[in-house]
Amino acid sequence: MNQSSILDFRSGTFFAPIMVLYSNDLEQIEQRLQEKIASAPDFFRNSPVLFDLSELNENNKKIDVAALVSLLRQSGLFPVGIRGGDPAQEKQALELSVPIDSGRSRNDAILPEVKKKDDAVPQVQAVIREAVRAPAMMVTQPVRSGQRIYAASDLVILAQVSAGAEIMAEGNIHVYNTLRGRALAGVQGDTAARFFCLDLQAELVSIAGIYKTSEDLKDAPKKKPVQIYLRDQALIIEELN
Amino acid sequence: MARIIVVTSGKGGVGKTTTSAAIAMGLAKRGHKTAVIDFDVGLRNLDLIMGCERRVVYDFVNVINGEANLNQALIRDKNCNQLYILPASQTRDKDALNLEGVGRVLEELSRDFKYIVCDSPAGIEKGANLAMYYADDAFVVTNPEVSSVRDSDRMLGILASKSRRAELNMEPIKEYLLLTRYDPDRVESGEMLSLDDVQEILSLHLLGVIPESKAVLNASNSGIPVILDEKSDAGQAYADVVARYLGEKRPLRFIDSKKGFLRKLFGGK
Ligand SMILES: Nc1ncnc2c1ncn2[C@@H]1O[C@H](COP(=O)(O)OP(=O)(O)OP(=O)(O)O)[C@@H](O)[C@H]1O
Ligand SMILES: [Mg+2]
Repeated sequence: MNQSSILDFRSGTFFAPIMVLYSNDLEQIEQRLQEKIASAPDFFRNSPVLFDLSELNENNKKIDVAALVSLLRQSGLFPVGIRGGDPAQEKQALELSVPIDSGRSRNDAILPEVKKKDDAVPQVQAVIREAVRAPAMMVTQPVRSGQRIYAASDLVILAQVSAGAEIMAEGNIHVYNTLRGRALAGVQGDTAARFFCLDLQAELVSIAGIYKTSEDLKDAPKKKPVQIYLRDQALIIEELN
Repeated sequence: MARIIVVTSGKGGVGKTTTSAAIAMGLAKRGHKTAVIDFDVGLRNLDLIMGCERRVVYDFVNVINGEANLNQALIRDKNCNQLYILPASQTRDKDALNLEGVGRVLEELSRDFKYIVCDSPAGIEKGANLAMYYADDAFVVTNPEVSSVRDSDRMLGILASKSRRAELNMEPIKEYLLLTRYDPDRVESGEMLSLDDVQEILSLHLLGVIPESKAVLNASNSGIPVILDEKSDAGQAYADVVARYLGEKRPLRFIDSKKGFLRKLFGGK
């Protein structure tokens, strides 16, 4: 048997909302958390979560990590990381099998207040994905017929994409050449994803599941740089100049 | 170390075997010790085009299975003593080849050959994959028609993702385009894609354009690679291909329509 068929390690990204704490009052935290979860239960059910204590620690507000972790678990969340903790908090987290994340903090986007239940899920997802999306994936070789590329990020392609090829990205897609294949941006529902290419001859383009086929693209500008985005549930194709 | 060249296409009947025979002969004629291997197990064509079908005793599969050694199976070409043919077997099925065995044979050949030309079977399945897996260079043989271009594109994707070089993250296989059976008159009349049309889709390094030529059939009937027919258009076009592959500059020939030329000459449209 081939050794490599047992396991291998691949680089990948993993999405988790980041909960930044400004208060160390566990009761308040619990109440706010319940409200959040109620606003988007599908999104939060069994969701991994990373908690960020840097704000608290900067203001000298201490919190008991063990109590926080058990609160999160009781609320149906899976704590998967701690950020911005002091050494004692980090040690406490490790004892509870919660790993330490030393990644960037602060400049992550803030979860929006979600009011309406219906559109709550996509909105929350969109912002969170933006917050933790990996750096853009760069492709310098042509993408040929039969090949598929998936980027859990933005996707930048410097060569052509042939008919019969498929490129997908959770974020924006840029093709600095001719696009003849299928291209799907915002595949996890990011309706703000955009799509750019130098010559649009695609078999299909889609943003967040809303698509046009080559049939619908007949009248779109050819051999000209274009961008495509969503407005009111419709794909807008616009020449760039 | 040898340079391993795969002659491949995806689509069948486009001229891979014709090309393999011609370029292997061309390289050998220039003094490079060259082996050409028939990967089309079950069909066996290369030995006919090379005119050595009556001298086949052992074949590629025998060598892989350890039933014969390489020296027993290699056939020295009757026209050029720098050229050797490793024939395929007609009596086996396609599954007789395996990746590990092919690797062993190529490695052994690499020790005393300069170039190894692998004539791929059609398709994008196992046989074609085995033929391209160890390649350093790929000659992608394409006819000027949509289905052939599409299949070549597909093959290029496989070269870029499933070859040894791709799997080991080495420098990718060098890909070259060989446009064959090109008929400028039919291009002119719009029945066939033009060189520009094909290049717009594939954008590959062009090694040459081989015209549609009666010389090819004559050559294969007499078992002599067409490149040895030095007066023929196809023979000259293949000689240009070999020269370009070896780094020489040669202008493109045989791409303009005679009818079109006359029309231009007399000012008609
Ligand atoms: N330049 C040419 N001009 C005219 N006929 C050609 C030319 N090239 C190839 N042919 C003819 O096309 C047919 C197929 O050629 P060949 O066997 O080389 O193709 P192939 O790609 O190896 O086919 P397969 O996929 O079956 O292995 C043969 O009859 C050959 O004589
Ligand atoms: Mg053949």
